[in-house]
Amino acid sequence: MNGGFSSLRSEVAGAMRTVLVSAESLQLTLKPELTQEEQALTHATAGGKPRENLKAGNEDLKEMLESNKESLKLEAMKRIVQLISKGKNASDLFPAVVKNVASKNIELKKLVYVYLVRYAEEQQDLALLSISTFQRALKDPNQFIRASALRVLSSIRVPIIVPIMMLAIKEAASDLSPYVRKTSAHAIQKLYSLDADQKEHLIEVIEKLLKDKSTLVAGSVVVAFEEVCPDRIDLIHRNYRKLCNLLVDVEEWGQVVIINMLTRYARTQFTSPWKEDGIFDESEKAFYDSDSEEKQGQREAKPYIMDPDHRLLLRNTKPLLQSRNTAVVMAVAQLYWHLSPKHEVSIVTKSLVRLLRSHREVQYVVLQNIATMSIQRKGMFEPYMKSFYVRSTDATHIKTLKLEILTNLANEANISTILREFQTYVKSQDKAFAAATIQAIGRCATNISEVTDTCLNGLVLLLSNRDETVVAESVVVIKKLLQTQPTQHCDIIKHMAKLFDNITVPMARASILWLMGEYCERVPKIAPDVLRKMAKTFTSEEDIVKLQTVNLAAKLYLTNSKQTKLLTQYILNLGKYDQNYDIRDRTRFIRQLIVPSEKSGALNKYARRILLASKPAPVLESAFKGQLGQTPLPWTNEMDRDRFQLGTLSHSLNIKTTGYQELSDWPAAAPDPSVRNVEVIEPVQEWAPSLGKAKKPKSDDRFYSDDEEEKEKEGSGSGSEDSSSSSSGSSSSSSSSEESSSESEEESSEDSEKTSSDSGKSLSGSEASSSESESKQKKKRTKKAMPRKSKQTAAYSDSDENGNGPVGKTSSSSAESSSDSESDSDSDSDSPALQKKTVAKTKPKVEVKSKKEVSLLDLDDFSSAPPSAPKSSVFSSSLLSDLEGLSLSNVSSAMQVTSSPFGPVKTHELLHHMTGKGLSAKYHFPRQPCLYQPSMVAVQVILTNSSDHSLEEIHIGDRSPGSLNVHCFNSVERLEPGASVSVSMGIDFSDSTQAANFQLCTKEDQFSVSIQPAVGELLMPSTMKEPDFCSEQKKLMGMNETSATITMATANTSKQNISKQVLSVANVGVVSSDQNNLQRFAGRTVSSGALVLVTLELRESSTALLTINTEKTVMASMLLRDLKQALFQA
Amino acid sequence: MINSLFLISHSGDIFLEKHWKSVISRSVCDYFLEAKEKSGDPENVAPVLQTPHHYLISIYRGKLFFLSVTQTEVPPLFVIEFLHRVADTFQDYFGDCSEVVIKENTVTVYELLEEMLDNGFPLATESNVLKEMIRPPTILRSVVNTLTGGSNVGGTLPTGQLSNVPWRRAGVKYTNNEAYFDVIEEIDAILDKSGTTVFAEIQGVVEACVKLTGMPDLTLSFMNPRLLDDVSFHPCVRFKRWESERVLSFIPPDGNFRLMSYHVSSQNLVAIPVYVKQNISFLETGSCGRLDITIGPKQTMGKTVENLTVTIPMPKSVLSVNLTATQGTYTFDLTTKAVLWDVGKLNPQKLPNLRGSISIQTGAPKPEENPSINIDLKIQQLAISGLKVSRLDMYGEKYKPFKGVKYVTKAGKFQVRT
Repeated sequence: MNGGFSSLRSEVAGAMRTVLVSAESLQLTLKPELTQEEQALTHATAGGKPRENLKAGNEDLKEMLESNKESLKLEAMKRIVQLISKGKNASDLFPAVVKNVASKNIELKKLVYVYLVRYAEEQQDLALLSISTFQRALKDPNQFIRASALRVLSSIRVPIIVPIMMLAIKEAASDLSPYVRKTSAHAIQKLYSLDADQKEHLIEVIEKLLKDKSTLVAGSVVVAFEEVCPDRIDLIHRNYRKLCNLLVDVEEWGQVVIINMLTRYARTQFTSPWKEDGIFDESEKAFYDSDSEEKQGQREAKPYIMDPDHRLLLRNTKPLLQSRNTAVVMAVAQLYWHLSPKHEVSIVTKSLVRLLRSHREVQYVVLQNIATMSIQRKGMFEPYMKSFYVRSTDATHIKTLKLEILTNLANEANISTILREFQTYVKSQDKAFAAATIQAIGRCATNISEVTDTCLNGLVLLLSNRDETVVAESVVVIKKLLQTQPTQHCDIIKHMAKLFDNITVPMARASILWLMGEYCERVPKIAPDVLRKMAKTFTSEEDIVKLQTVNLAAKLYLTNSKQTKLLTQYILNLGKYDQNYDIRDRTRFIRQLIVPSEKSGALNKYARRILLASKPAPVLESAFKGQLGQTPLPWTNEMDRDRFQLGTLSHSLNIKTTGYQELSDWPAAAPDPSVRNVEVIEPVQEWAPSLGKAKKPKSDDRFYSDDEEEKEKEGSGSGSEDSSSSSSGSSSSSSSSEESSSESEEESSEDSEKTSSDSGKSLSGSEASSSESESKQKKKRTKKAMPRKSKQTAAYSDSDENGNGPVGKTSSSSAESSSDSESDSDSDSDSPALQKKTVAKTKPKVEVKSKKEVSLLDLDDFSSAPPSAPKSSVFSSSLLSDLEGLSLSNVSSAMQVTSSPFGPVKTHELLHHMTGKGLSAKYHFPRQPCLYQPSMVAVQVILTNSSDHSLEEIHIGDRSPGSLNVHCFNSVERLEPGASVSVSMGIDFSDSTQAANFQLCTKEDQFSVSIQPAVGELLMPSTMKEPDFCSEQKKLMGMNETSATITMATANTSKQNISKQVLSVANVGVVSSDQNNLQRFAGRTVSSGALVLVTLELRESSTALLTINTEKTVMASMLLRDLKQALFQA
Repeated sequence: MINSLFLISHSGDIFLEKHWKSVISRSVCDYFLEAKEKSGDPENVAPVLQTPHHYLISIYRGKLFFLSVTQTEVPPLFVIEFLHRVADTFQDYFGDCSEVVIKENTVTVYELLEEMLDNGFPLATESNVLKEMIRPPTILRSVVNTLTGGSNVGGTLPTGQLSNVPWRRAGVKYTNNEAYFDVIEEIDAILDKSGTTVFAEIQGVVEACVKLTGMPDLTLSFMNPRLLDDVSFHPCVRFKRWESERVLSFIPPDGNFRLMSYHVSSQNLVAIPVYVKQNISFLETGSCGRLDITIGPKQTMGKTVENLTVTIPMPKSVLSVNLTATQGTYTFDLTTKAVLWDVGKLNPQKLPNLRGSISIQTGAPKPEENPSINIDLKIQQLAISGLKVSRLDMYGEKYKPFKGVKYVTKAGKFQVRT
């Protein structure tokens, strides 16, 4: 680079010298030339020659330009620009104009620039005069002057200054001002078009500018890239993520170019998300099937994992669908069409339909693209069918396109609506459109067998239409339709024969003749008569009709030679001397074939089989697949339009245009993704292990290895029902957490370096205090687990420090925080400047590849409220495996000490097998933290099939919107008789004992069931030290305290028995105490996290004072009642 | 990208050309003129054409063709969108986008085009930025300029280009600070013969006119944002904020701009403000026909229907019409064969009626199809979807702005089939 630069410098110096020398000599020669001319002109005006008079107009302009008055000069320049705009030649004024290039008046200067750029190519030598002015301006302190100097300098298409331009571009590319850098990106293309030999140097500059972090530059440099070196895809690698992240802030025109370029890039770098779709679906269905180990094995062998960078692109382009710029929307739409998994494409539908409201030209292009899309994917546009209804005021090409789309969308369900609509169109005054409609009806009729007869009858009615084109088109279409099922339609053929005399359109006549010939045996009386008529008019017919007449004659000769022998011979004779060689050829061929003679070949005996072979019915194809705009000829099978990238000029014209870049096929194996990694300049995590040597990503290594471990566990545990369900739950939530964390990685990865309790503290007040104190004495495991919870709650109800926010709010904010990162909240409240900063800083990061990733990512991206809980990335996935362990043992961490005496959990009946037609369901509360959302209570449901046949598709049906938030279990595909399966679900009871009602559905039936929680199940244990307990209790006095004196069964007086009883009723944790007569339990409500403190003060014999402190007074009284009962009983 | 631009008048006269790369001869337009000849109606010219060496992409606006020439692959919408922006800019600068106006202001047009594209790639398309560089012509300024020798080109160069809010110019000052928002909704509908709705939807836009000092940060919220189904925004709107809270938060451009456009979700039933009772018939013999149209209010939410006009494009074989209108006036255009009935205000007590006879060319067959009726109307103070702005808050500046919201409902493509 350095060497190249210095050599360039010397080159430039040399060129400069030549320029200056030539300029000097020009200036010297310029003067006398001018004066000569002036003299000549003054002479001429004196002489009054008419030819010179014409020139006089320009002459006074020249005078004005040479005057000392600015206003006169300006006026002259304005008139010159007017001349240019009209395309008149004003090049002879060049010397006079170019003198003003250094004018102080900005408007004058700009107009001179306009002139210069227009004529410099023609007057290269004179143009050099201006160069030094621009060179001086390139050093100006004002960035705008620098930029505009570069703009004009590079626009002057004079090859001799190429080295100067090159130097200027290189310097401008490292200018401090992004605006100047942008201009240099534009200049690159100009220089390239002037001198393609500079390519190598220019690529260096492009490479440099691609690294630029300014949104101003991004669009322009990508344009230059596309123009100069579109094949150097390797230059994009390291800038890929930056471009994706900057995209939203780039100006709209740049967005279009970048999106198109990235589409091309992605097709070379990522593996196809398409073909795996099917496999994935299958595995999902099989997931809960108890005997699906085999399939699971298969699934693991062939997972499709979307590259995180691929996902990044999809995610970052999605908001641009809301752009006001139609080109941007179209660019995103084509990106989704070419890059996203099939089931995600439909998100672009709505935006494309919106574009139809725009200008006529926009409609045209968008409809073309929709037409292509709708051939492949009907479902995408079917809901918007009515948006494609034709208005009588639409332009013809718009009408045709809409008709095309409607035909593509037709299916059994909507065909009647579409046909009704078509009926209106057939009557249109625009006859070409009416004809196109008839073709469309024909296509519908062949594609949808249910309506073939209806369509045919309708078309027959049209035969009596007054308009010739309509009739002709109907005949042609009927012909095709009849071919599909000729037997029943003798009447129609007869009817058409009757109409024959009135039809003049050649194509229609030919079609009828063909029909007659083909089915001559069905209409034995009519066909010869038609032939007789044709023989009369043969000479005056069109060629196409003549050919079919010959055909008809031949076929009749074979079937009915007695009646038609003479006629046929007559026609064949006529044809023999026809002017058209096609007809002569055909006649000769037919004659040899049907009339036996000594010379006639062996083919004669096969004549019948040749001519009367049964023909396959034609396929009425979309005319749009061929060339549009021309008359649609279905039998001309042109190349499909969809070979071109959507939204391109090539697609629009259906030809390969100059400079069209083919979209490559997906690579079979993805090229090394690590090429996109950027060295750690900012605190960014590398995600590929190959580059993970850097000091920072240490935590990431853990991330990875743990996840693999977890995967292994999952694989080994898949045998047992219980663990498979629970592990799947945890794995799903893990991947979702990675997903959600990916955007905020930067921050969180820093956090993860700190102690976890630290982060808990910084995030929430009261939560932190409890978790902190607890973490000191608990084991490592709990230490990690608790801050997690606290951070979660903090993340969920950010506004509410106590974590007591209403549930609705929590869930809504969860949607926000899960799919978007911290940067969102910044950007929302702050100025875009900050937004840009954060966006620029945020880099794609670690995304752990879990095999369920695809579906979960989808959920994250495409539903506003992801069902799975986003966990903060503070804890590593080792914690998840911990959780998994916990869930297996059915106890939560806090209960480990105390829960050992606690017996089996109470199960409740959900659905009796009598009412459930063989399906029975039981549920219990496993008392483990719910994996779907922290505000949910985990419920384990055991489904048993006690019928004699297997049950299929057991799932939870639709719930009414007002009901509680329930996280369903994945549908159980199949349950064999006698088998049972346990599934887990989460219900957000919102801290009330209101029952959750939902429908349990099988393939055939649905049963309304309800789960009513005991108040104790709405809690989760909270571990705290005694002093903390007391201080919290003091805060919850007065209104928040409920107490009662209770009598206990004598058996319960022992301390262990009491805690056993309490724990059986409520999911709380024991607080160790040194006071003998006091027993304390602490818990939190699951949804809002409100503290619930239970104190049992033993009095004499078997009475005790039970006190409950909590904000939730209703819960307190209910809990009190339950506890009282439990302790009293035994 | 875009090589050259030609402006072509309705009659096919090329009256302006501008090149951004090397000059392309205007003879390239011949291909276009040929296509225009062939298609008859200028509306029917295909926007994208191909010639042996160039590709032509054109738009038709204000009886003018904007024809751009390109030599290489470029997304056609990119060019089309840009050409419309050019037309919008002219409209904005000169109040009109017609041949006469452009010819009058050739120099300004040229200066604008020079700034809008660099080497065929859009450079500055925001009207705020452009206006800083090239001031729109006004009578007062041209008088001042001739007296003082001043110019229309701004002495300072635009700062907007560089800032994070490129759409707003810096240092805006007003004595009266005001922000007006117009919620304009258009009903697109197709009604069939019997008056039942075949298809209806509501499209709306929020047009803003903001004249506020400094850098105000505005938040506009709706009473019922759930109505809005599909939205697109001016780049100034913070999309994330809309996603999460359904409020429009933005630093506005200075002056007039379109804040958002939206589509009302199709679940909502669309109120059709008027009904049309029509009877158009052509007699089998005698080459004449009858026409009888009555219009009445249907669902107007108690508001008056204004600016009611009815357009009926008659079949080509119609010679003349002889009608009487109980209200308003009607005209019959002999070249386009369209009956235009300007009704004005719709009076529910006395329904406007247009009736009379139509005469057809002798010998011409009876028209196959009855013409469809296109209706245009306006209802003030009503957004037919029921959308309401609840409040507008301003942050970042201390003064109290004057705020106003106006609602208008119009007929978009409102068609009655007969």
